[in-house]
Amino acid sequence: MRRHLVTALLVLAVIALFATPLLLDGGSEYAGTDSQATELIEDSDAGYEPWFESVFSPGSSEIESGLFAMQAALGGGVLGYVLGRLKGRRTAERQRQTAKRQRRTAERQRRTAEEAATPPAAP
Amino acid sequence: MHIAEGFLPPAHAIGWTIAAAPFVVHGARAVVKEVRENPESTLLLGAAGAFTFVLSAIKLPSITGSSSHPTGTGLGAVLFRPPVMALLGTVVLLFQALLLAHGGLTTLGANAFSMAVVGPWAGYAVYRLVRRSGGGLLPGVFAAMAVADLATYVTTALQLAWAHPDAASGFAGAAAKFLSVFAFTQVPLAIGEGLLGVLLFRVLVVNARPELERLGVLRRTPEPDQAPVPEPTPGGER
Repeated sequence: MRRHLVTALLVLAVIALFATPLLLDGGSEYAGTDSQATELIEDSDAGYEPWFESVFSPGSSEIESGLFAMQAALGGGVLGYVLGRLKGRRTAERQRQTAKRQRRTAERQRRTAEEAATPPAAP
Repeated sequence: MHIAEGFLPPAHAIGWTIAAAPFVVHGARAVVKEVRENPESTLLLGAAGAFTFVLSAIKLPSITGSSSHPTGTGLGAVLFRPPVMALLGTVVLLFQALLLAHGGLTTLGANAFSMAVVGPWAGYAVYRLVRRSGGGLLPGVFAAMAVADLATYVTTALQLAWAHPDAASGFAGAAAKFLSVFAFTQVPLAIGEGLLGVLLFRVLVVNARPELERLGVLRRTPEPDQAPVPEPTPGGER
């Protein structure tokens, strides 16, 4: 129970951390720092000419966000697969242990029953 | 932390590529060795790579009014030691350089050096420091993730300042400018990334205990209901 509470609080903290700036919105555009740095270079080092172009550029921002979503989906998918397998393995292990314990208990009960049935040999 | 394609002068581009290459090659060998010697590590290696893949795809808003993305390299550094992340981080950067026009081939060396080399090593160093000074696993993971993230962006800022020093104030002035773009924005993201790392490790501690024990992240504790019959070998326990 306490474990779930801690998990929920952690998730909430992560959400709050990134939702707060949006709620406190001061009319910001949330430009990416990578592009801000590029602009900074263009401003301060005006003579600099980029000497190489990207081999492939997504044609529109829709395509670009789609490719980013694909990257996240691939990562999320693999991560989910791994966690699912690990969790399944743990569950299977637990079931095996429970079954083993139950077999042992049954065996012990059977033995005590047998001992009770056979009269003790007279000394 | 992606330096855009073509935005480092050729000398810097070549220099950083030469600097990053040995780490990436060493990392590739570390990955191959790990998989060959411990095939059961493949799952967690996949998780470490996937974590970096997801996190570096998501741009998150920060209180500074700009947005940036986490790096997620601290996880693999804690699990498998930093060399492994030199390869996994570079694969992510290559993917983004080729498909997303994010970062670039000429800046791949510099970006790999910050995200796949400096980040993981800085995070791992802090993790070791926390553990050695008696800190628990989760505080160590939080610190590792946050520091790996921040160190990456600080490195990028310094790389850019070196390549594009300010006309008047030189390297120091340019470093201050680039750090003001990257570093402050990154602080809340680093904290968020630390929390995500803690969340993930809480799952792994329960479900991947054998792996974590083998990797030395968790100390071996024979669970009473798991160890069949703990037979104390004479003189074996120290």
